[in-house]
Amino acid sequence: MNIYDIIFYIFALATVGSAFMVVTTRNIVHAAFYLLLTFFGVTGIYVLLTADFVAIVQLVVYVGGILILLIFGVMLTNKITNVQIKTGSLQLFPAAIGVGLFAGILVSALLNTEWKTAAGEAPKTTLNGLGFLLMNEYIIVFEVLGVLLLVALVGAASIARK
Amino acid sequence: MLHVGLNHFLIVSSLLFCLGIFGVVTRRNAVMVLMGIELILNAANINFIAFARYGNFGLQGQIIALFVIVLAAAEAAIALAIVLNIYKIFSTVNVDEIDTLKD
Repeated sequence: MNIYDIIFYIFALATVGSAFMVVTTRNIVHAAFYLLLTFFGVTGIYVLLTADFVAIVQLVVYVGGILILLIFGVMLTNKITNVQIKTGSLQLFPAAIGVGLFAGILVSALLNTEWKTAAGEAPKTTLNGLGFLLMNEYIIVFEVLGVLLLVALVGAASIARK
Repeated sequence: MLHVGLNHFLIVSSLLFCLGIFGVVTRRNAVMVLMGIELILNAANINFIAFARYGNFGLQGQIIALFVIVLAAAEAAIALAIVLNIYKIFSTVNVDEIDTLKD
């Protein structure tokens, strides 16, 4: 058990534990802050998988963008001074049973599968390769995603101000 | 077993996915449902990057993960706009109370 394993277990525990708190805590604002911890844990897992650029993007986009957006959503749709900031849950037990069974099947299927792994040499940096791929093979996807982001931005603004 | 390999990452991502499903199914507040969807997308991303690392596919998995992050950002913006509109019309964001199509 070397340092890599210990760091992985710390990040995995932070990720799964805070994700559990996100879906079980009754306070929406607390859930948003636990979601922050989850995103940080996922970022650490990306770094352990030698995906440095994706990890930075995860931090910037998820923590800096999506989480702020979600907190704005909470603030705009709940009366802070009211008790409305609490949220309820529906069908807790059937959902827990179903999701638990699903998780058990998933994990046992994963453990019983012989994956053909061939871990290559860990690259020093992924930026160079990602840039080449984005500008050559995936250039059309890249452009289409740019247009999609613009459309989503304009659409979100026009939906929200109606 | 204690040595971290592909399986460990896959198990973390599947647990994250199941927790996300649980959040989507059980939460009443629409914003909390969105948080569950973000958890699911993160789980999918971990899978992509884990297979990119251990399957020797080069960087293709990381590219797809980047695209997923972009789509998640667009989805969050649109969904938040829809939730704001729903709040304006129904003055609630509880997904079980918005059932005007039912009757």
